[in-house]
Amino acid sequence: MYHKYDAVVVGAGGAGLMAALQLVGKANVAVITKLYPSRSHTGAAQGGICAALGNTEEDHPEWHMFDTIKGGDYLVDQDAAEVLAYDAVERIIEMEHMGLPFNRTPEGKIDQRRFGGHTRNFGEGPVRRACFAADRTGHMILQTLYQQGIKENVTFYNEFHLMDVLTNNGRCVGVTAMDIKTGELHTFHTKAVVFATGGYGRAWKVTSNAHACSGDGMAVAYRAGIPLMDMEMYQFHPTGLYRIGVLLSEAARGEGGILRNALGERFCERYAPTLKDLAPRDMVSRFITQEIREGRGAGPDKDYVLLHVDHLGKEVIDAKLPDITDFARTYLHVEPYTQGVPIQPTAHYAMGGIPTDIEGCVIIDEKATVMPGMYAAGEVACVSVHGANRLGTNSLVDLVVFGRRAGQHAANYVQHADWEALPANHEERSKQLLSFVKSGGESHRQENAADIRKELQNKMQDWVCVVRNEQTLTSMMKTLAELRERYQKVRVSDTGTKFNTERLEALELGCLLDCAEATTKGALERRESRGAQYRDDYETRDDVNFLAHTLAYRGEEGGVKELRYKPVKITRFQPKERKY
Amino acid sequence: MTVPVTVKILRFDPEKDKKAHFETYEVQADPLDRILDVMNTIKWYQDGTLTFRRSCAHGVCGSDAMRINGRNRLACKVLVSDVGGDVGKKIQLEPMLGFKIIRDLVVDMEPFFEKYRSVKPYLINYEDAPRSSERLQSAEDRALFDETTKCILCGACSGSCPPYWSSSDFIGPAAIVQAHRFIFDSRDQGADERLAVLGDGEGVFRCRTVYNCTDACPRDIPVTKVIEQIKRSMLYKR
Repeated sequence: MYHKYDAVVVGAGGAGLMAALQLVGKANVAVITKLYPSRSHTGAAQGGICAALGNTEEDHPEWHMFDTIKGGDYLVDQDAAEVLAYDAVERIIEMEHMGLPFNRTPEGKIDQRRFGGHTRNFGEGPVRRACFAADRTGHMILQTLYQQGIKENVTFYNEFHLMDVLTNNGRCVGVTAMDIKTGELHTFHTKAVVFATGGYGRAWKVTSNAHACSGDGMAVAYRAGIPLMDMEMYQFHPTGLYRIGVLLSEAARGEGGILRNALGERFCERYAPTLKDLAPRDMVSRFITQEIREGRGAGPDKDYVLLHVDHLGKEVIDAKLPDITDFARTYLHVEPYTQGVPIQPTAHYAMGGIPTDIEGCVIIDEKATVMPGMYAAGEVACVSVHGANRLGTNSLVDLVVFGRRAGQHAANYVQHADWEALPANHEERSKQLLSFVKSGGESHRQENAADIRKELQNKMQDWVCVVRNEQTLTSMMKTLAELRERYQKVRVSDTGTKFNTERLEALELGCLLDCAEATTKGALERRESRGAQYRDDYETRDDVNFLAHTLAYRGEEGGVKELRYKPVKITRFQPKERKY
Repeated sequence: MTVPVTVKILRFDPEKDKKAHFETYEVQADPLDRILDVMNTIKWYQDGTLTFRRSCAHGVCGSDAMRINGRNRLACKVLVSDVGGDVGKKIQLEPMLGFKIIRDLVVDMEPFFEKYRSVKPYLINYEDAPRSSERLQSAEDRALFDETTKCILCGACSGSCPPYWSSSDFIGPAAIVQAHRFIFDSRDQGADERLAVLGDGEGVFRCRTVYNCTDACPRDIPVTKVIEQIKRSMLYKR
């Protein structure tokens, strides 16, 4: 089926909804989403959204900007960090006006709390910067933006899976998507497309991410010749629920929670004397990994540490951390009022993604050449505002700040841009993909997608996790080549057209494989340690050779064809050693 | 450590079946596995055609509401051991009542979301907001609607409600919860518009105070109490 819209937004999480709200009324716009908007993974964000409002103590956007850059181990583009920190203040106020139910101070202002890596006066100590709605801040942002979408009568195509992005004469001219309910392929012919499809945490075994987080947008762009940037910079959140990876917000430590090893030691103070448990996530994940490796992990297998909030008292726990304590009770049968909660690092967030400039325009090379009509925002994008390690809450700031900028730029763009024709055979690549996973009983197809996915997740967990080296990464590259071979022989037993989720999962697996390969290759070639990329064979940061963004390009038959490097934008803050 | 678990699932394929029917699966599962994990094990290793919605897998996205042993629950928030699946009790899964079945456990959510939209689920305030600061709200006023902000629109409450089953026009508990979230927000001025919708013959007074909704809510929202608050605010107004 053919549709024509001035603009299409793909994804209905925080970034996609924010972009759509800029477009509606100014352009004929539709939003395509794999789920229902209210199911998007933005809703799983918990602890807060930072902005230097200074409601409870002195704070300045400049401090927020600095923390973001230092937190990202200086791989952050500093013009983007400046936009993030300054725009954040306006966006918080805007969302409050939309109705977002923030917790309040005694004066009735938006309440703020501490979060990892956010400091006063360039690193002196923790600052209260995170605005929050209990520990369901992401849920409230998602709800509020969706509510505005309803108010503004935004057109949604719910349960549509992105298949391809269409380009012609160097411009982006639309997307194709499959209606999950019918299996039918739809072509959306547009002047502008905004990608806001989120991340790919499902490439790892232990992850905080939803099943839906399979890197669809990144993979689709990558296959269309657009590079993926800094994919090796993948964040492992220190406090995932043991075994299943469900996120326990950093807000637990922001409110005074403490990590302890099997001996009961508050080990973070050994590694980060100033910020202790509130050091940035890459560091705390490494501290935990080291404690476990040196035999101080808790439990029968000594493979986790404990998050204690029991000393905070029931009142604080119930008012400020109700959801995460509920998770501990539900999934581990642990009572946080009195017991430490078993936790381990969990695959959480892609700092990397589709490269964009600060207006959300997608760029396709190291010279920052723009692909007209194509935008990306949120986790799928790499502005790069998170560099080598994202600070807590900055993902939500990123969504609303850059989702809005992308939407605004696209709204202006579609006013003056001419229509460009669809390319010849614009459905070909999508149809190939669909026929590939529609094979039923063909005899050469014997591979089970679940087996391949499990192998991918287990190996990524072992080899491309908190600590990496030449050997693990080389092994992973070999494994990925094998998995790609096996993927060619995937058998989908469900031959139905309506709500064929077995086929959907096979398509998602293909996306995960592409994202994992760009991640591993980037990590292998980056022979240094910086932020989330920690290599025990190259333990220090190497600004001479690697103060640069990785751009990974895909080959026709899969696999990384080429890596290029793009300089980091440094404006105010020269790279320094990162200490907390 | 895994144990054998028996799962009985109501199946319906619109392209093959005239009527829904049960199928039974035997799987190995950990007592701490979520029901969703067990369903995935079946889908991935026994029967790829088993169809259900899922996303976050920890009770915050609301995709996998279904009847588990006769009660509406999220499949990702119930563990095998919570329903005795690890000690030989059969686990029975069915789509929610009151919704049209699309395929297996997947139901048509469109009428549900239409009712949600009908209560104007967005802040209505006719005055200009302060230019560069937030609207003030006391912590006490904020607490008045705290519970109803937790709603994830999973449909478990509406799908457990006898009047919702019997009348396709009844607005249902979920939409009432969403209306409450705004009516009791001190910043909102749209109460009259919403109460007009809720005071309709298919509005709050269809509620028979059965408390199924309160029992079903995976977010522990006291749904029945919320509905009573709305009824009361209407009666006192008149």
